[in-house]
Amino acid sequence: MSSPEQRDEVEMLSLMLLIRRFEERASQQYQAQKIGGFCHLYIGQEAVVIGAIAATRPDDYLITAYRDHAHALARGTSADACMAELYGKVTGCSRGLGGSMHFFDKANHMYGGHAIVGAHVPLAAGMAFAAKYRGEDRVTLCFFGDGAINQGSFHEALNLAGLYKLPVIFICENNLFAMGTSVERSTSLKQIVDRAEGYDIAGYVADGMNFRDVRDKLAEVVDGIRKDPHPAFVEIRTYRYRGHSMSDPASYRTKDQLEKFRMDDPITRLRAQLTREGKLTNEQFDAMDKGAKDTALASVKFAEQSEEPPLEDLYKYTYANGEST
Amino acid sequence: MREITYRQALNEALAEELERDQNVFLMGEEVAQYNGAYKVSQGLLDRFGPMRIIDTPISENGFAGMGVGAAMVGLRPIIEFMTFSFSLVAFDQVVNNAPNMLTMSGGQFNIPITFRGPNGPAHQLGATHSHATECLYANFPGLKICTPATPRDAKGLLKTAIRDNNPVLVLESELLYSSKGMVEPLEHDLLIPLGQAELKREGSDVTIICYAQTVPLALAAAEALEGEEISAEVLDLRSIKPLDLQAILASVSKTHRVVVAEQDRPYCGIGAEICYRIQKEIFDELDAPIARVSQEDVPMPYNERLEQAALPSAEKIMAAVKKVCYA
Repeated sequence: MSSPEQRDEVEMLSLMLLIRRFEERASQQYQAQKIGGFCHLYIGQEAVVIGAIAATRPDDYLITAYRDHAHALARGTSADACMAELYGKVTGCSRGLGGSMHFFDKANHMYGGHAIVGAHVPLAAGMAFAAKYRGEDRVTLCFFGDGAINQGSFHEALNLAGLYKLPVIFICENNLFAMGTSVERSTSLKQIVDRAEGYDIAGYVADGMNFRDVRDKLAEVVDGIRKDPHPAFVEIRTYRYRGHSMSDPASYRTKDQLEKFRMDDPITRLRAQLTREGKLTNEQFDAMDKGAKDTALASVKFAEQSEEPPLEDLYKYTYANGEST
Repeated sequence: MREITYRQALNEALAEELERDQNVFLMGEEVAQYNGAYKVSQGLLDRFGPMRIIDTPISENGFAGMGVGAAMVGLRPIIEFMTFSFSLVAFDQVVNNAPNMLTMSGGQFNIPITFRGPNGPAHQLGATHSHATECLYANFPGLKICTPATPRDAKGLLKTAIRDNNPVLVLESELLYSSKGMVEPLEHDLLIPLGQAELKREGSDVTIICYAQTVPLALAAAEALEGEEISAEVLDLRSIKPLDLQAILASVSKTHRVVVAEQDRPYCGIGAEICYRIQKEIFDELDAPIARVSQEDVPMPYNERLEQAALPSAEKIMAAVKKVCYA
């Protein structure tokens, strides 16, 4: 299907490439101990957030969990600001005070970056409430993993959103594992999407390895919400190629399973679709990929050359306007 | 000035701020159709409508989190907890999301939210419903906390809290809702700054530092002590954070003896912090060790006699005063 809100597919493919090349570079810098704390990579899941971006407007609200680098890049936060944040530099998207799990970019409507599993789902309901309160037709996109759906805050937020008919899309990025615990070992339901039915919220399933499927399902959902505010739930089936975090060798899953998903890679698939349709040449793809790699490499240089936050920043943001107590 | 109840004062504060700013809304359990579990929001649904006075299901984490999210995109939510004992179910939202957002986002997202409701022991509600939470929340940077004891302070502090650009906890007291006091006329825009203590009674022999439910106890103790020729000064903190250290030091420098009367429990309680600050700043001004009167360090019993034994009282404050005065 086509929608006036749809964005150019080649441009979307180049964003997916940027996310992948950026994270490959981040992974390398983490292993070189240039990046501290935890670092959770999104590689393999790129079609989920990019499919959502392609189906929505830049002023729609977006909020996510801790695997958030891709969501910021998708929203237009520069690779420089993202890499600098991983380095804890003052030029980072959260001035080096948030780190990998707490990316924020107000100007691009990226509302975090939230690291307590499920705790941001009520926030999404509140943002959608604010949009409805002001009579805006904005939609709130709330991303979370399959691990969040067993947390109380998730259930409370879905009930509230259903009750108040809030314009929010709950997007479950089901990558089959909550850290090392598989969905079968964590969830009493056979299908995650069935959670929605308990709150009288319409549920949809999309193939997270297929950009067009994600975009088209979400475009349909968004269209309905803009006409008449209500919540929706979309389970997007996807896979992360890496472990839960950089320190996780992911020994709880089989090589076969990983290979099966790698064969269905979302970037390879969209490239093939566009090439087959005559919308993309190999030369164009190679140029885009080189561009993504160059941007990622340049972001490392930018981060390394950036300054640390000044020591005064320790107290500067505890209270608004720098007040102290 | 006119005499109104503490409950009415809070109601006026809510109505005035709802009237003043379209971004302000009130959300919580039973706040709308029921007119508030303690009738603090009486009449607000009729006046401001269901979009701004919002009944919620019993989902404290959920609606507290909604408040934080709405504040991130420019609204100024007032979240009512039926009691702060129930705020513990929403603890993660109150201590992890509301006060951390500004720092975590490098200064991009301040959270202008008010969490309010009764706090501290009421009467025979047992262990789960009697928590005094001020010492818990005071430990979290990014939160502000006020504890009004009179109708005037309740109105002035709540209005200020709603206009503040940070998360503010207004810890009210169920036992004080029906108490009366003099408050400026309706046309007066009464704002009391956070972080300003007030002398509720002047004296020269001893300072009783108190807040919320211990203010009337301290005043009763001070009056009784007058008959025994002890002149007690009663300093109401009004805010726990920011703390008005200057007012504390000024009073103690005058009287040289201190009793801290707090409504929380003794271990890591508010009094512990105040004692530390006094000895650190003006050790030489003290003529006696500081005494503390608080709850006993036990879960609150239901039995009335045992509950009374566990709570601070005017008698306990008087005994502590006599001890520090060597009387």
